[in-house]
Amino acid sequence: MSATLRLSRRRFLQVLAGAAGALVVGVRFAEAQDTGTPVELLGDVYSQIGPFVRIEPDGRVIIGARTPDMGQGTRTALPRIIAEELDADWAQVTVLGLPLGVEDDGGKPRFIYGDQSAGGSTSVPQAWQDLRQAGAAARWLLVQAAARRWNVPAERLRTEAGAVIAPDGRRAGYGDLAADAARIDLPKQPLPLKNPAQYRLVGKPAGNVDAHGIVTGTLQFAIDHGFAEALVAVIARCPYLDGSLAEVDDSEALKVPGVVKVLPLPGPDPALPIGEQPLAPGVAVLAEDTWAALQGRDRLKLAWKPGKWADESTAALERQALDKLAGAPTMRARDDGDFDKFFKLGRKLQADYYVPYAAHATMEPMNCLARVEEDRAVVVAPTQTPDRAFEVVRRITGLSPAQIDIRFPRIGGGFGRRLEDDYVAEAVLLAKSVGKPVKVMWTREDDMTHDVYRPCGVHRMSAATDRRRRIIAWRHQLASASKRNGAGGADQQWKSEIHPDDLPAGLVANLRYDWYALDSGVKRGNWRAPAHVSNAFAVQSFIDEIAAALKVDPLKFRLDLLGAPRRLPYRSHGGPVLDTGRLANVLKLAAERIGWGQRRTNGHGLGIACHFTFGGYAAHAFEVSVEGERLLIHRAVCAVDVGRAINPLGVEAQMMGGTIDGLSTALNLAITVKDGQVQQKNFPDYPLARMAAMPRAVEVQIVESDADPAGAGEIGIPSVAPALANAVYAATTVRVRRLPLLPELLRLL
Amino acid sequence: MQQQPLQAPPPPSEIKPEPKREGIDVVVNGERFRHYGDPAMPLLWFLRDVLRLTGTKYGCGIGACGACTVLVDGQAMRACVTPVTAVKDRRITTVEGLADAQGNLHALQQAWIDEDVAQCGYCQAGQLMAAADLLKRKPEPTDEDIDGITNLCRCGTYPRIRAAIKRAATAMKERKA
Repeated sequence: MSATLRLSRRRFLQVLAGAAGALVVGVRFAEAQDTGTPVELLGDVYSQIGPFVRIEPDGRVIIGARTPDMGQGTRTALPRIIAEELDADWAQVTVLGLPLGVEDDGGKPRFIYGDQSAGGSTSVPQAWQDLRQAGAAARWLLVQAAARRWNVPAERLRTEAGAVIAPDGRRAGYGDLAADAARIDLPKQPLPLKNPAQYRLVGKPAGNVDAHGIVTGTLQFAIDHGFAEALVAVIARCPYLDGSLAEVDDSEALKVPGVVKVLPLPGPDPALPIGEQPLAPGVAVLAEDTWAALQGRDRLKLAWKPGKWADESTAALERQALDKLAGAPTMRARDDGDFDKFFKLGRKLQADYYVPYAAHATMEPMNCLARVEEDRAVVVAPTQTPDRAFEVVRRITGLSPAQIDIRFPRIGGGFGRRLEDDYVAEAVLLAKSVGKPVKVMWTREDDMTHDVYRPCGVHRMSAATDRRRRIIAWRHQLASASKRNGAGGADQQWKSEIHPDDLPAGLVANLRYDWYALDSGVKRGNWRAPAHVSNAFAVQSFIDEIAAALKVDPLKFRLDLLGAPRRLPYRSHGGPVLDTGRLANVLKLAAERIGWGQRRTNGHGLGIACHFTFGGYAAHAFEVSVEGERLLIHRAVCAVDVGRAINPLGVEAQMMGGTIDGLSTALNLAITVKDGQVQQKNFPDYPLARMAAMPRAVEVQIVESDADPAGAGEIGIPSVAPALANAVYAATTVRVRRLPLLPELLRLL
Repeated sequence: MQQQPLQAPPPPSEIKPEPKREGIDVVVNGERFRHYGDPAMPLLWFLRDVLRLTGTKYGCGIGACGACTVLVDGQAMRACVTPVTAVKDRRITTVEGLADAQGNLHALQQAWIDEDVAQCGYCQAGQLMAAADLLKRKPEPTDEDIDGITNLCRCGTYPRIRAAIKRAATAMKERKA
């Protein structure tokens, strides 16, 4: 702790006794030290029952949540899975976010809580596989403890809401048994799990466990953590794609009161993955507080050198895509039957769809707090991949696994941006350099201009139909800048862009999927439901266009195409099976709810679309009208089948939110490039939808199912944009083939 | 990287008393504070970095997103574009001061919990403060009144925010009656 710094901070404050009464500010500072250290789950004061559960003598059950919660609800859902098998009384449960659980295994890390990353909607499906066992094991230990105490065979004991009960009615609370249970070894064999008919928590609605902390402002996000002696770092990053620093004059910056140091940060090393190092070279201004750092950065005199992408622009990327589409594909992802032959035989239709780059714009900008000492590193970061953050820290510091402490408080929005740990690398590099804890703070402008953007692409769709109005040939050509940024070679990059088993594969006999690599200096990454968002827009819009050309009702056309329910193989993430019956079912539900088929005479139009994403099935239906320059969304319906809904209230929130996020993005959001620089800087350029522009309600219908649960965080997005475009077409007969939709619609009207 | 050399303390004869500076008094959640730093420092950073009241969030720095919304004399303001000097002697309420002194939640906070509004939760402090301002002006807000809240939420919690504001308005009305 630096005395100098503490004094200089106190300079800002003085105790003042006034009419409102005295206050003691210094105390608040003392308390604010080390706020980066949350309460430890693994304290040995109480009884630890297996890796995820601790039970206090008064019966309070503390359950560890292992994966980051960025709003998708895992801090509620995962502990409820454990609590269900544990037979805990939910009113007695406190959820604590676990740090990264890592042990030293001969110099190598061993992760003791399983996979702690959050991406690809996998937290719940994985928890379903292993956390039920964790809960059952903790319950087993408590039952064993009671059996020994009462000398009654364990098989004759039952549990209920935090107590073990004997056949003669004797009862012992978990709190009473915990100390004994903690001394019993965990069972070696997997335990039998509950019959779902007995569930009291899983499948029942539960509010967000952090709600109270959120509404009182007491819950700390990573950005709210600090060490009393930490310096705040704000970084000027190169605005050019792959550019470099030519010159810096920091003399004026250093004159700003509170600015302590200015340090250059190296640019990315091509040999290392994006997301494990800074995204761009920069100059960091380290100061006593954020305001001083921001002012210091404003006073840097900087000259940047453009790199090899100096001429890149959105217009040039589009020209490149169209050129590529006219040539040979980089990868033929699927080729069923004989597309060329049957395309010639039928009635032909072709259309191009344009999807722009998009930013994540998480409400909590990137940030990271890091303390690096000789034998210890502590990192508090809003990361979706704490295991990857760990690798970043290990590489930069050379510390051994047990010396690295990664903490990830509740995250203010992720959407895939935080699968990358570039901000962690920045903080750790700076903390190591300066020999003091550092908190890296990104401004919104930093965040908007240095993202890993959702890939842009041009989709060329071609189809032919026969006299019976069936699709006999289908081709999807996609020219996109792969989210894999060139890693793994061309034969790997296509896999993140076009999924060979996505529909209508398996439904159309002569079908071809082709991918064309776009060269771009814009760094790309995962954006909520990655390629599904753009592919669903192209596929589900095009199906609507075919239906319109054939004068067939678009719902009927989709249901006919899906045909009799069948299980198709699905090799990409979310497989191994795609059940067309479940997809048809959500389509029908959404249609019924919106009142499909009822005549609209008021200029309103209905649109519908569906998609399979990461094991879940969703359909959206909208009722819209266009009045002057305004697109009004009168009703929004989402029907979803994610298998068993662990927390229906949480699933509903994800669908509601996904629908609104999807609408907001489809309507207005695009990242464009000019002269090798990202053009959007802040929300005025990248206008997330506000409340007034959004439907007042999203009617969510959740299919009751006992299928294994799929994750719900991403499925709510892909069918939104096409359902919206289809509704706009129904209302106006204007077909919008370019996102964002609203500016394009106004251009076409 | 080089460490800063430690400076020897100056001899006592050279220590001069710091000149008297004009401070800026502000009342935050009923407590009076005096700010001696840069008068241009936005209220947001004074709250977060100096007072360590971190419930008020940074989102954009230009008053566009509303994550930093606080009440100044009961009126919603964006703390990120409000310099401390502009709130001299005024009463600031942050989300930490929304509940009463006994910790009883404001009707809006309770409604936010009951409607399960928050997803990531980051923008919700600002949303709550904007809603508190709205209910002060319009105790029975219409949908159009609620549409006047311009705070951003990327998780898309707007429908539940709307429902929670209506629920809180009803609860407050019943409490009065």
